[in-house]
Amino acid sequence: MEPLDLDLDHGEIELAAEPMLINVGPSHPAMHGTVRIVMELSGETIERCDVQVGYLHRGFEKMCERGTWTQVFPYVDRCNYVSPMLNNVGFALACEKMLGIEVPERCQWYRMILGELARIADHLTCDGAMVMELGAFTPFLWMVKTREMIWDVLEEETGARLTHSFGRVGGMAAPPTPGFKEHTRAVVDHVRRVLDEVKRLLLGNRIFLDRLEGVGVISPEDAVSLGWTGPALRGAGVAYDVRKASPYLKYGEVEFDVPVGTASDCFDRFMVRMEEMEQSSRIIDQCLERMADEGPINVDDPRVVLPPKDEVYSTIEGTIRHFKIVMEGLKLPAGEVYSYTEGGNGELGFYLVSDGSGTPWRVRIRPPCFFVTGGLERIITGQMVADVVPCFGSLNMIGGECDR
Amino acid sequence: MAKALVSLLEKQFPGAVLEAHSQHGDDTVVLDPARWKEVARFLRDSAGMEMLVDLTCVDWQHREPRFDVVAHLHSLSKGQRLRIKARVGDVEGEEAEIDSLTELWGSANWAEREAFDMFGVVFRGHPDLRRILTYPEFVGHALRKDYPADRIQPLVPYREVENIQKLPPFDQHEGMSFGRQTHDFSRGED
Repeated sequence: MEPLDLDLDHGEIELAAEPMLINVGPSHPAMHGTVRIVMELSGETIERCDVQVGYLHRGFEKMCERGTWTQVFPYVDRCNYVSPMLNNVGFALACEKMLGIEVPERCQWYRMILGELARIADHLTCDGAMVMELGAFTPFLWMVKTREMIWDVLEEETGARLTHSFGRVGGMAAPPTPGFKEHTRAVVDHVRRVLDEVKRLLLGNRIFLDRLEGVGVISPEDAVSLGWTGPALRGAGVAYDVRKASPYLKYGEVEFDVPVGTASDCFDRFMVRMEEMEQSSRIIDQCLERMADEGPINVDDPRVVLPPKDEVYSTIEGTIRHFKIVMEGLKLPAGEVYSYTEGGNGELGFYLVSDGSGTPWRVRIRPPCFFVTGGLERIITGQMVADVVPCFGSLNMIGGECDR
Repeated sequence: MAKALVSLLEKQFPGAVLEAHSQHGDDTVVLDPARWKEVARFLRDSAGMEMLVDLTCVDWQHREPRFDVVAHLHSLSKGQRLRIKARVGDVEGEEAEIDSLTELWGSANWAEREAFDMFGVVFRGHPDLRRILTYPEFVGHALRKDYPADRIQPLVPYREVENIQKLPPFDQHEGMSFGRQTHDFSRGED
């Protein structure tokens, strides 16, 4: 066989000597959500990077200033669209803090159950998407199937699978359906089974562990300074959970643990979410036990809650009340309030400023994942290109909430 | 709970605390914008406020000074929260400047970029004060009260980028400085 005689002088393989700029996103299969990362590489190591968000900016805060307080609910739904119920409840609590009212006990349990279901759905999505991006498709399908079951419960209760708009100032849009408890119990049992199966699939897998362990490490001090909250902060070993630190609703009366990580890497963030789903199931069990089957859902306050329909159509007082609330909107007292709850990604805050009219003056949503994504640059600098995917996945950036 | 903190601030920085209230249980101090960073540093170092939870602005269109810069601080160790505010800017929205807190808290970086983007408040000493939610060619600041919600932004032409001589579409052999050699010699020799 003749040797291959090539004239190499004319066609040498050129390698770039200067740092290479690589651009990922804003629309990229491994970037769930629209985010763009511009990286400067030296070899395969990321020397510098710039994380650019805002591709999903829809001007929610501006739009909130154009309607009534009640009309904000559909907007907060679309912020964190994998756990909209938590946003609904968070915003309702902020308005109620301003009005100085507290919803009936049955409603508080009901809100907690729906909120924890939404949290499980949120974490299932995040962990599922994370493992899918690392090549494990089966756990993703199982988890998303379970999420569908949770959405079935929420659909039965609210009429919508994703954008419920179910919260109201002073209560909920509707009382629980008769089959609610039974249905929820069945779903929670299924969640536990699936979590067990997923753990058995993944936690013995060398490839999965090697790609997560020791990757994307951040010190607890940095995490706190960056304003991280939620599973990302707890993964870094700081046991801060709004539900424990300043309990709202009935969280002070139920038993649950706050899981924390030790190595503050991607694997810890993954495991914190897995464990939180177990804890959420525990909370739901206790709430189902304690929620009364009968009783009011809405507060008895004619300033805030719409009158029943038969009253609206048969009495003049009811008609006027309905008209005032719908047309002028709720009158929140002039002033400002900051109310915070534990959302899917951490501390979900609402800073509301009212001028006393029926229209919000300023609705500031403190998005937990905006600050978490702000720390992405810190954790991927110095890592390899391939590590961007698990790092980004473990932060659970939700475009709608980050960009609003 | 944070009452003691407010009186400590008043004692430590005479004249810097303009107002204080705790409406709905949220303790608030209104600070002199010139001493914003100094007081914030004290709060972080001596009062244990490790976390800047949020930083944003409120536009009071017809008031002078026009903007409230609002920051929410949280001490994880003590479980305390404090809201600090400063008022900046004239009625036209000009000269709205305040010191950046990026040296003190990492979360101030993006939060201040957002406040700059949405309100046009300039944070002195910010290392990278670019727009974050909108794009560089965006005209105006969207959350100001005098920005109409239905304004249509101008179309953005191709951006001028340094060191890029040619825009796509590229020819077959252009655009990549590190192309892989092919052994397809037949074409050139014919």
